[in-house]
Amino acid sequence: MMADSKQIYDRGMVVAGLVIFVIITTFPFWYNHGKASPVPEPELTDRAKAAKECVEPKSVMRAKHMQLLNVWRNTVVRNGKRVYVNSKGKSFDMSLSNTCLDCHFNKAEFCDQCHNYASVRPNCWNCHIDNPKEKK
Amino acid sequence: MMESSRRRFLKIAGVSALGLGTKPLLDVFAASGEKGDKQKAQVLPNKEALTATQWAMVIDTKKFKSAEDLVPMIEACNKIHNIPEFKNKKHEIKWIWAEEFKHAFPTRNMRFLPERIEQLPFLVLCNHCENPPCVRVCPTQATFKREDGIVHMDYHRCIGCRFCMAACPYGSRSFNFRDPRPFIMKRNPEFPTRMKGVVEKCNFCAERLAVGKMPNCVEAANGALTFGDLEDPGSGVRELLRSNYMIRRKQGLGTRPAVYYIV
Repeated sequence: MMADSKQIYDRGMVVAGLVIFVIITTFPFWYNHGKASPVPEPELTDRAKAAKECVEPKSVMRAKHMQLLNVWRNTVVRNGKRVYVNSKGKSFDMSLSNTCLDCHFNKAEFCDQCHNYASVRPNCWNCHIDNPKEKK
Repeated sequence: MMESSRRRFLKIAGVSALGLGTKPLLDVFAASGEKGDKQKAQVLPNKEALTATQWAMVIDTKKFKSAEDLVPMIEACNKIHNIPEFKNKKHEIKWIWAEEFKHAFPTRNMRFLPERIEQLPFLVLCNHCENPPCVRVCPTQATFKREDGIVHMDYHRCIGCRFCMAACPYGSRSFNFRDPRPFIMKRNPEFPTRMKGVVEKCNFCAERLAVGKMPNCVEAANGALTFGDLEDPGSGVRELLRSNYMIRRKQGLGTRPAVYYIV
């Protein structure tokens, strides 16, 4: 009597269903296993290489360029101040198109590939012109 | 026994919480004293920047003979600010343009006007009002009055509600109903374009003033436009105001426009 109440009805169907369920839910994991796309390395133009250092040290730029650009945007547009003096005393015109992209005129290799990898879509380029130097 | 140990526990817990709570505060003080040797980055205005308390413009309409005389100024502006050219008038983007007297100055229109005034198109642009209604209505403060009097737009903040267009009595604002990029004949890479869904208008060439240059229309005007500080008694604008009777657009509304016309 007790054994009966613990019995699974349609055991075959249930187990098969469970197996199919597990396969489907874990499909992305084992299908893409070992195929992780490598972290892209931003490509530097010759001009950027020659300059050696960006507005701030590379580690800061890599981690915080978005915060920096946000500060630049607000100080230029809202406070009308356009000169950025970095921690080493060097000054820069705060402009995405005219300062950043003056060195990094290869937007596709420098900006886009990391942004695509990280799946972020900054809307800077809706207005700011991406390639001021028209160089390849 | 039970009571007293609970009491002791609460006392210790309370003191510890207080101690932990003050740590961030102490960190702040510690940090501010420590970083004296490392110079911090700072932002400064450009040294050559032109400054004023209230920028203003005088348009000497006596120096214009026909509509063609206004074209160089309008073109000069359109070129550097990436103004698109739409065939459809409903999509038109205007920063500075020509307008008939009866439309530019409807409160001064009369049945009988001098022929010159009746036929001459007037150069109109954002008045950079001293009391701008567009700034009052903007829900995101995308439009704001700068310290130098320029009514400026922060396109990053504009949500395209167009309250400012309803508020502006001069029609100085245009809305981007479409993406303007394909309609810009020749892009000026040094100035951004706008995007679909934002309002735009004349900025008194704030980007040029910041590097010590006069507005582009003033440079193209051959002396017909004078630009200067309204609050500086020695400025060119004030000099002209002393010697000429001038009119402003829809003065009765109390917006106090900063664009003056010699007629």
